[in-house]
Amino acid sequence: MVKKPFEGLKVIDLCWSGAGASIMNLFAHYGATVVRVESAKQPDPIRRVLTYTNYTKEDPHTLELSAYYAFSHPAKKYGMTLDLKNPRAKDVFKKLVAWADVVGESFPTGVIERLGFGYEVLKEIKPDIIMFRSCGYGHTGPMARQAGFGMILSAFSMMYSLSGWPDRDPVPVSSYYTDQLSPLCGMLAIVSALDYRRRTGKGQCIDHSQIESGLNYMAPLILDYSANKRELTLTGNKCNYAAPHGVYRCKGDDRWVAIAVITEEEWGNFCRALGSPDWTKDSRFTTLKSRIKNSDDLDRLVEAWTVNLTAEYVMELLQKAGVGAGVVANARDLAEDVQLNYYGFFREVEHPYTGKASYYHPPAFELSEAPAEVGRPTLLGEHNEYICREILGISVTEFALLKQEGVFE
Amino acid sequence: MLSCYKVLDLTDEKGVICGKVLADLGADVVKIERPGGDMARSTGPFFHDIVDPEKSLYWLAFNASKRSITLDIETADGREIFKKLVRTADVIVESFQPGYMDGLGLGYPILKKINPGIILTSISAFGQKGPYRDYKAPDIVLRALGGLIYTVGDPDRPPLTTSFHHSYFIGAMHGAVGTVLALFHRASIGYGQQVDAPAQQGLAFVGNVESQVPWFLQHIIPGRNGRKRFPVQLKDGRLYFQPMLWKCKDGDIAFAVAASAMTASARGLIDCMKNDGIDASPLEKWDWREVHEGEWTREEFDAILDALGKLFARHTQDELLKISQEKGIQLGICLDAEGALQFHQLAERGFWKEVEHPELGTSLIYPGGFARFTEAECGIRHRAPHIGEHNNEIYHQEMGMSEKELADLKRRHVI
Repeated sequence: MVKKPFEGLKVIDLCWSGAGASIMNLFAHYGATVVRVESAKQPDPIRRVLTYTNYTKEDPHTLELSAYYAFSHPAKKYGMTLDLKNPRAKDVFKKLVAWADVVGESFPTGVIERLGFGYEVLKEIKPDIIMFRSCGYGHTGPMARQAGFGMILSAFSMMYSLSGWPDRDPVPVSSYYTDQLSPLCGMLAIVSALDYRRRTGKGQCIDHSQIESGLNYMAPLILDYSANKRELTLTGNKCNYAAPHGVYRCKGDDRWVAIAVITEEEWGNFCRALGSPDWTKDSRFTTLKSRIKNSDDLDRLVEAWTVNLTAEYVMELLQKAGVGAGVVANARDLAEDVQLNYYGFFREVEHPYTGKASYYHPPAFELSEAPAEVGRPTLLGEHNEYICREILGISVTEFALLKQEGVFE
Repeated sequence: MLSCYKVLDLTDEKGVICGKVLADLGADVVKIERPGGDMARSTGPFFHDIVDPEKSLYWLAFNASKRSITLDIETADGREIFKKLVRTADVIVESFQPGYMDGLGLGYPILKKINPGIILTSISAFGQKGPYRDYKAPDIVLRALGGLIYTVGDPDRPPLTTSFHHSYFIGAMHGAVGTVLALFHRASIGYGQQVDAPAQQGLAFVGNVESQVPWFLQHIIPGRNGRKRFPVQLKDGRLYFQPMLWKCKDGDIAFAVAASAMTASARGLIDCMKNDGIDASPLEKWDWREVHEGEWTREEFDAILDALGKLFARHTQDELLKISQEKGIQLGICLDAEGALQFHQLAERGFWKEVEHPELGTSLIYPGGFARFTEAECGIRHRAPHIGEHNNEIYHQEMGMSEKELADLKRRHVI
């Protein structure tokens, strides 16, 4: 067996909600021992998001039923509850820090400091600790203490001005875009810091601002403004380097296919795939420039063709002809997508309270020497005793005492 | 932080951000361009709209801090030079159509023989295997099959893609994470590996929460609701999509009622409504420390939304930003490039970096590093290179090729 990338690595995950948790998942997918520390009194708010869940308020396991929580934690972590305001719980946490290599948290500035676990404190306990701090706006500046989540932060990251029709207001491209885009920067930061520590023995503190990560994806738009004082123009589905370029109605209920024809060679292939109807020889469509100019007419003619065919048929026919085309996949299409399933992307996982579900998945890359492990989310406080006894060497009697003192609340 | 690593960057516009973020962390990233310049240099926008391979702002944005050499790996001599470069490299990043490198005799098994430590990161639309492997995937096609078009837009019009094409960046960034992971792994196992980063999976990850959760749980296919795409489950058990984007006096803001996380926000909003003489009772009747959407009827929820709409419409973005900070309200301002460049939080943090471009006779503003480290700088170190700017430095000084050899290779269009 090849050693796992993070075998032997010890991680404390204090992250809440979407972005932070996704970052820490990387370590759980690749062999680290990850201990997720939560407060039982004030658990992760995402546990209370129960949309799409059949639940009753009386259910004693309400906090374990959230699908939003579950899909945010698709890998094995150990679950521990600690009331970090309790002095005895602070002692337990200090022991855990002494054991750990990485501590990740995603509170606004001030929260971890008030609990008495700022970087300086952690460093004293474990000199080479890597402290990773992710938050909406970064840990300095006037908004350091401001809480934020993906939907809000995407606005500040320019991500709500990317899609729209010229005659209408822009629409969101996704609901929590920074929650999936900024974590990639966070993961990159921690793994690089680990590699640096392996070479130099030095730990460090990382300040990860989710909006700053998000804006790194928008760099060409920033440069366009900086050089040309120009903002992005919303063009619906049209584009300035391809025609046809759009989303076309197909046979069925709300079925669509995306098509893009860029080069002259592709245009020739496209026309032949359609059986070279007369309109394809029209002088309005002879060059890319003229096709772009007359794209409204062109789009109508293309759609008159696609509307009687299934999206799958159009995709396969055009792809075979060497033209870019793809089904506009909805939730079911994705679940049944032959390519995603070829990679085994969505994995069915059993959960003690919610049963089997398939929204769990590994990271969106595959390493030839290290398979990613996928598993169910940890339950609140599931491993309190295991962690105390096996990791921290706390005796049975002492554990019972701590429990009595409300340490695990 | 990664300055001990050398990366050979063969990517086109699909993958350039991968090498960029590695360069931000200090890696020596050598962009290998084909003679005449990389294809990605023809991607707009351009400086002052002058279409010129040295003026693509897209190219400048994602090749900063890299070095550039020209090399035609489709020629036999070019391949031999590439193999020499591989001997001292740690990582190769590529985004060709899958199988292209194998076709050139530069597949992973051959590269591994030259350098067992080498990591080959391949960025593609669908991956290096599987039924869609060879599909053509311009951004709109990738985004469609990744599930991020179907839910975007209004119900009365076709689904919408983005006007700024960036879907591949998501795959390329996963490739960057896989790359550093493989580097870290190499230290314990002693050899390199392949990183396969299919952008479709990155997009599926983005859409998972909004599409796959409802599908796998309740066989619901979320459709298009324009700006209303934030679902809550009300008392009658039915889904209700509330607005995420709202009009304020001079632009758009982002806000949604997420009862489980807005104890502080609700208090602040009620205060503001009272100040403005707006009836706050639809919000005041609930204890926001405990309330859950499932307790509300449609009428009660609509009354909350109506009061919020009135409040937002009375204020400008600047006012709402100020109020949200004072009261701890979670509310987002929809920024465009100008707004982002002026946003005080980013300015105070010194996020934006001004980089000199003597060749353009000006300087340009770039986004700063994606994170800050106590042990190292992260972010742009110098402007993107000109075509083959480092040919002499790398071929002559570092690899020891003679000037005569270089002239000969140039004559034969190898470099």
